[in-house]
Amino acid sequence: MPNRELTFKIFRYNPASHEVTPHLQTYRLNETEGMTLFVALNRIREEQDPSLMFDFVCRAAICGSCGMLINGRPGLACKTLTRTLPKQITLLPLPVFKLIGDLSVDTGTWFRHLSLKTEAWIHTDKEFDPTAREDRMDNATALKIYEAERCIECGCCIAGCATANIRQEFLGAAGLNRVARFMVDPRDLRSGRAFYEIVGNNDGAFGCIGLMACEDNCPAQLPLQQQLAFVRRRMAALGLKL
Amino acid sequence: MVTTHVTDVLIIGAGLAGERAAIEASSHGLNVTILSLVPPRRSHSTAAQGGMQASLGNCAMGRGDNPDIHFVDTVRGSDWGCDQDVARLFVETVPIAVRQMAYWGVPWSRVVAGKRTLPDGRVIEEEPEYEGLINARDFGGTAKWRTCYTADGTGHTLQYTMDSIVIKMGITVHDRMEAIALIHNGERCLGAVARCLRTGALTAYLARATVIATGGYGRLYGASTNAVINEGTGMSLALDTGMVPLGNMEAVQFHPTGLVPVWILITEGARGDGGYLLDKNEYRFMPDYEPKKKELASRDVVSRRMIQHMRKGFGVDSPYGPHLWLDIRHLGAKHINTNLREIANICRNFVGVDPVHQLIPVRPTQHYSMGGVRTNIDGKAYGLKGLFAVGEAACWDLHGFNRLGGNSLAETIVAGMIVGQKIAEYALGADLEFSSRLVEERIRRQEARLADLIYGRNGKENVYHLRREMEQTLMDYVGIFRNGKDLETAVARLQELHQRSRHIGLVSSGRGASPELTSALRLPGMIRLALCIAYGALQRTESRGSHAREDYPRRDDVNWLKRTLSYWPPDADLPELKYEPVKITELPPGDRGYGESSAQSGTGSNPQKA
Repeated sequence: MPNRELTFKIFRYNPASHEVTPHLQTYRLNETEGMTLFVALNRIREEQDPSLMFDFVCRAAICGSCGMLINGRPGLACKTLTRTLPKQITLLPLPVFKLIGDLSVDTGTWFRHLSLKTEAWIHTDKEFDPTAREDRMDNATALKIYEAERCIECGCCIAGCATANIRQEFLGAAGLNRVARFMVDPRDLRSGRAFYEIVGNNDGAFGCIGLMACEDNCPAQLPLQQQLAFVRRRMAALGLKL
Repeated sequence: MVTTHVTDVLIIGAGLAGERAAIEASSHGLNVTILSLVPPRRSHSTAAQGGMQASLGNCAMGRGDNPDIHFVDTVRGSDWGCDQDVARLFVETVPIAVRQMAYWGVPWSRVVAGKRTLPDGRVIEEEPEYEGLINARDFGGTAKWRTCYTADGTGHTLQYTMDSIVIKMGITVHDRMEAIALIHNGERCLGAVARCLRTGALTAYLARATVIATGGYGRLYGASTNAVINEGTGMSLALDTGMVPLGNMEAVQFHPTGLVPVWILITEGARGDGGYLLDKNEYRFMPDYEPKKKELASRDVVSRRMIQHMRKGFGVDSPYGPHLWLDIRHLGAKHINTNLREIANICRNFVGVDPVHQLIPVRPTQHYSMGGVRTNIDGKAYGLKGLFAVGEAACWDLHGFNRLGGNSLAETIVAGMIVGQKIAEYALGADLEFSSRLVEERIRRQEARLADLIYGRNGKENVYHLRREMEQTLMDYVGIFRNGKDLETAVARLQELHQRSRHIGLVSSGRGASPELTSALRLPGMIRLALCIAYGALQRTESRGSHAREDYPRRDDVNWLKRTLSYWPPDADLPELKYEPVKITELPPGDRGYGESSAQSGTGSNPQKA
């Protein structure tokens, strides 16, 4: 591998000091074997600019903290090898989410709001009995729930979504996938009608205009369009019954 | 300006332990506030791929399992370093905890009836009677298959489910908020001063009960499987009171299979499902050392065997030092891409290796911290009333000198339930009494600390350089194999770093949510923790569990069947060590029953220094 000198153009803005307007700042770094953006950004911060703000937690594509625009596309910085990128790399914070500073955005508030709005927990009137054996579940069903549950709330699907970028209350692919997770769960006793109240509108299943960037950008490779289709079919079936 | 937030229960940390304790306290009608460095679902608990041990006995290889067997495994695993009353309480409660998580929404992988062939050729048959009940897989160091799991995203499904209950109950969560000091009056803990990681502003949190649930201290080591937030911050807060001791800080577990060179964990599931370890000649060496358990001996044993084998020259040379191979190719593409999907993705994304066709480079890597804020069986911290600790941040003490795989996730939730109840009892009976002068004084002290750093009054030491030196010192001298000479070197270097850490100067302005200021605030406390590890290890002249002394290769129950308590007196430059006996109630010390004693371990140079 050639010894490349990489040029990073990184979005800078610190809401705590209004005297500096948002701008792109240039950093240069020699690429090393197996370098990821996690390695590169930490090196820039430690060796060149300790004021640079960005987020990593697990650095293993499990926690979803490090979503950012990498040369224009939403992705996880931790699992992006620099060798997959050209010599010039532009990094911007994810849109839609509130900016904390530089590359760091507030996904926590956004996703908690989403959970509250979709009531993303099991709705049941059954009491837990600590003395009883667990309820049985078919393993295929368990795996189906897990398939939808795998979302890491990184926000890449939301950032890449045209509707989410123009309509603040749109649930986006992460939201519809979350609802689908509870729809397939036999422990959730919500009626079709209750789900319709949540997603049967333009902020939900009918707001999607089908550009499919969500699925293209999903670092967990969730079948987001399939989930949307599933939710829409459920809504349509319910509509026919009403 | 400093805002004040008053709550009944303040929980610092929003991983599984913190959230489970919050749910318990909240269900007693108490007002609960959780502080978290990151959104709760980003907590390190989420990253746990493995599973949660519970003796349900549903799967064929778990048949006949019960809390008694789980108890014996846990005590043996701890090398008799645990408190047996805690272990007993734990094993009795964990089946309830697992089932409650199912009730709340964790899908758990389920038993499917029928025959299947294990990688070693054995045929097992799951009976229809158990179909649909919670399944379990094999993990290291246990007599039965007991580790409940959700595909390979157990931590993820547990944390998301737990957080959904927190949200449903309307529990207050302040994320991106870091506690930087406890508020106490010398007898009682009254809450904490916290710094907002969005704005840099300080808030005083006042509470009847305060709970440390901040996870482990893995990131003190340069090569760790832990998330970057696992810097032991909660333990530092407790230690810095001068009154609360930390227990067994020298007990640090290494995981056999950290991915070289990014140190991401390759879960035990890989070996549980039949993965082998190979050396540079692609020879499977573990059966030579551990004929019965092979790759599934306990973590400390496997890690030591790997280091031993590399010391004999069988390691694969690499720019990152010697390593070994993990081979899962024989499991086949289908199994790898479904049951071990996360492992496969990690290999592909982070080192460009496809484990369906290629070998995975692995090496023992720091993984878990058995030490933590010393508590009693109720989770109450020693030394201060109203202070509790739970999960990896605590030394409860379930794990003694070595934790079994699958017992840590289980501990977070079980301890959250049990200690949460005790927190509620305490808080319901405690007044919220504080002197406003004392609170103001504590805030002013933190404001001064920030101002000194922001205005460069302390000196010009670079926080990142000091940090690297601390990490390297622990890696080089306080690793898997330890000896008196290396440990003395470590203590001396860390003392010097501790001095220098009083003179950190920022390069940036430190304004707002400055990441450099955040590091500068944490580092001196981290070095004190490092000193507790190194000094505790130096004094403990025996080998027990994960603590392996080359110069004292045998376990010494006569002198060392006891727990280290590290205190940090004001202005000290070394911890003050005291000791207490471990609680033996049922199982007298004996042979661990797996893994040789480490008598033959101490030869050659330490490849960790490479």
